[in-house]
Amino acid sequence: MKTIELRLTVNGQPKQWAIAPGAILLDVLRREGYFGVKRGCETGECGACSILLNGKSVNSCLMFAAQAEGCEILTVEGLAEGERLHPLQEAFLDHGAVQCGFCTGGMLLGAKALLDRQPHPSEDEVREALAGHFCRCTGYQKPVDAVLAVGKRRSHPRRNGKETTR
Amino acid sequence: MNNGRLVVGHNLRKVDGVKLVTGRPAFTDDIQLPGLLYGKILPSPHAHARIRRIDTRKAAALPGVHAVLTYQNVPRVPHTTAGQAWPEPSPYDTFLLDSKVRFVGDRVAAVAAESRSIAEHALRLIEVDYEILPAVLEIEDAMAPGAPVIHDEPDATKIYDASRNIAGHIHREIGNVDEAFREAEYIFERQFRTHRQQHCMLEPHITICWPDPDGRLVIRSSTQVPFHCRRQVAMILQIPAGRIHVIKPRIGGGFGGKQEMLLEDICGALALAARRPVKMEYTREEEFYMARSRHPQILNLKMGVKRDGTVIATHMKVKASTGAYGSHSTTVQGNTGSKVLPLFRAQHLRFECDVVYTNTPVAGAFRGYGCPQGFFAQETLVDEICNELNIDPVAFHQKNVIRLGDLDRLSAQLGEGKEGLPRVIRSCGLPECMEKAAAAIDWKRKRAARPQAGYRKRGVGMACTMQGSGIAGIDWASAFLKMNDDGSFCLQTGASDVGAGADTVLSQIAAETLGVTLDRIIITSGDTDTTPFDVGAYASSTTIISGGAVKKAAERVRGQVLAMAAKMLDVPAENLDCGHNEVFSTTNPERRVSIGEVALQALYKEKTQIMDGASHFNTDSPPPFCATFAEVEVDTQTGQVRVLHLATAVDPGVAINPMQAEGQVEGAVTQGLGYALTEDLVLDDAGRPMNANLLDYKIFSAKDMPRLTTILVTTNEPLGPYGAKSVSEVPINGPAPAIANAIFHAVGVRLRKLPIRPEDVLRALREKEKEQEVVTA
Repeated sequence: MKTIELRLTVNGQPKQWAIAPGAILLDVLRREGYFGVKRGCETGECGACSILLNGKSVNSCLMFAAQAEGCEILTVEGLAEGERLHPLQEAFLDHGAVQCGFCTGGMLLGAKALLDRQPHPSEDEVREALAGHFCRCTGYQKPVDAVLAVGKRRSHPRRNGKETTR
Repeated sequence: MNNGRLVVGHNLRKVDGVKLVTGRPAFTDDIQLPGLLYGKILPSPHAHARIRRIDTRKAAALPGVHAVLTYQNVPRVPHTTAGQAWPEPSPYDTFLLDSKVRFVGDRVAAVAAESRSIAEHALRLIEVDYEILPAVLEIEDAMAPGAPVIHDEPDATKIYDASRNIAGHIHREIGNVDEAFREAEYIFERQFRTHRQQHCMLEPHITICWPDPDGRLVIRSSTQVPFHCRRQVAMILQIPAGRIHVIKPRIGGGFGGKQEMLLEDICGALALAARRPVKMEYTREEEFYMARSRHPQILNLKMGVKRDGTVIATHMKVKASTGAYGSHSTTVQGNTGSKVLPLFRAQHLRFECDVVYTNTPVAGAFRGYGCPQGFFAQETLVDEICNELNIDPVAFHQKNVIRLGDLDRLSAQLGEGKEGLPRVIRSCGLPECMEKAAAAIDWKRKRAARPQAGYRKRGVGMACTMQGSGIAGIDWASAFLKMNDDGSFCLQTGASDVGAGADTVLSQIAAETLGVTLDRIIITSGDTDTTPFDVGAYASSTTIISGGAVKKAAERVRGQVLAMAAKMLDVPAENLDCGHNEVFSTTNPERRVSIGEVALQALYKEKTQIMDGASHFNTDSPPPFCATFAEVEVDTQTGQVRVLHLATAVDPGVAINPMQAEGQVEGAVTQGLGYALTEDLVLDDAGRPMNANLLDYKIFSAKDMPRLTTILVTTNEPLGPYGAKSVSEVPINGPAPAIANAIFHAVGVRLRKLPIRPEDVLRALREKEKEQEVVTA
């Protein structure tokens, strides 16, 4: 089969891959072992395959891999610095914002894109940013709380889990 | 809240959390196998048809195709796909592949090829000549005399009456309902209709199968029921269960949809035929109509009450569609009676039900398991009763609901497909749930609100619900623990964490019992080779049943740890306790030894592996309770209903991890909101899905959510580990009736059909206006 060469940067590492001209970015990333990029619908509806492409949150299922030529991609695998988790990852764990974890990677990246352009977002802004990331487990309350907590740069006070009111 | 406990009752991070937030390979599809083939099913384009002729020669000849299966080259073994304990109460009406198709999406053939595109190409090359049969899509049509018979095959078993398309039938009564209705001062009777909701777990069904070097079949699968899956695949493929190894990795959500052996049989058959690894996954579109959904029901509900609002008799008559196959048919519908009617203390209850085959996508297990339908009917009718008798719904519930010490006799009549066991209420926080949720939504003030100006009207409504914690006398689990050199413990449990946090909760129970920190527990779960048996993740059973097994196993291991430390410290074991990774004397705290030292002593001096296992089941199913209060705003010009605030108070017994328990409540009510307002898999008149995607089938996003208040009311359940019951199912039941009741409070119209769409509200408002015009004229 005819292949073309794709050069791009993934999580800070330069990469050079042979791809089919019509290959979808999601498939290529998973083929190359970036399993944090999830296949949830392949039609751009669920957000589980989200990556940051030159800092913008995009659905990798809606792009040809060839369109990423020369781009910088961040997948969830590149969010932590070595063993040191990103504050959003810490907050997601502390707030119980992760249940099955299938949407988590995309949601973390969507939240990062928001915080990169708006470090102190309002709750509405957080909900707007996460609206493209379906989650069937959490009801969004805890992911939203986690992002807001990072936005406020302080830990979210809890009443020992007895009650959470938005 | 945590009673001096060190691990249980604390908001600890998920034990599998780091790998999930860092995106490390954890799910079924996160592996690469050399020589992996892609399996694909040819779905039926017809709702009801017989295959006259099928020719696969062109497909088989396509380069890259390694196996093509039709009904002609696979074993024919009637079975159910319902992941239930053997012998499954669901009818054996399903075949690996059959010469007849019974819904749009039913399996016609399957191929395994070197790529997805080759597999899809091969499917297009399969020539099928169908004899199209008349199809029945609606419950009433399927039950009508002369209706086409969907299961006319002679070898299906356990179908109640195949000739009338009735998969299952239930008729149970306690007390004397007819006599009680004669004594009732008021009788209310209404019909309700519910619809087809889909699970929409973010990870669609996926299975990877391969023959291992010993020739055993390995099934790596996104399943809630690895052990049932092993047994069922063994039966269907006619190989011994011991020749199958099921691995359950991290699961991207299940909600009951993965309490089904759905792809494992066909994927295993392809892997054995091709002698290569095969992956099968549903696309999102296929997930909507080829997986499972919630049973649509027509409910007729009649309640007899006294003038003071005391409920004395309830009669519920349900007709439900199970779709083309009877997966979970009688058990889901049985729950509609057994878990709903006993909410009130009436001594006269009758439940009648027909579960009907239709040529539609197959229904199955779905969080709530029959209760969302039943509670929608019951709690909506109760609101109507309260309105007619001018009683506050909270007061009505406080008067009528089941309470501590009560005996629920209907449960004894209505088990899972057979007679059950009586249920005694040993813990009940429902009155407190109502008080707290009512206060959170400012019930008294908002309920008494005056007529509102403008076209947007607000109202509040409430509902009370309950569920179970495991299936009494059927669900059971086991666990095994062994101690390592450093004082850590490997916990092996058959329980299946599907994303709800079972691994964390079970590890917390083990750590608490063993007096160690959570990081000392290394859990392996849901692997049929390396973990002991567990029925799986369903029926709200994991915390109470699997947790009960873990606690028992941990108590035994703790005994061994203390005995070993007793020798080391020269202190009698009964004077020893453990905590903070140490064993210490309760009489002389100076005498202490670290758990790691105990481990080294055991392993290298005493040459003993500290280890033990235990099995556990309950003969009762303690109900968690829930009160749901909703505030809505209805736009009377468009019929749009906006939920402003949803307050949910749940009594889960003791929450092992309150943060996780809250998350379960929030997730459940969000699915409940969709059930109430937006989610409905719509079929056209040929039985084809019209909205099999996440744009046209609307689930709630972060932006759509109302304000949520989540309250956990702690009680202490004697049958549960550390007082725990269950939490993740019960809150899904409340939103639909609470919202319907809030709509009535806002604008005075009753919605008895789900989902409550703007056009339904608008139509009801117009009808009400017309009625008023007639009255004034």
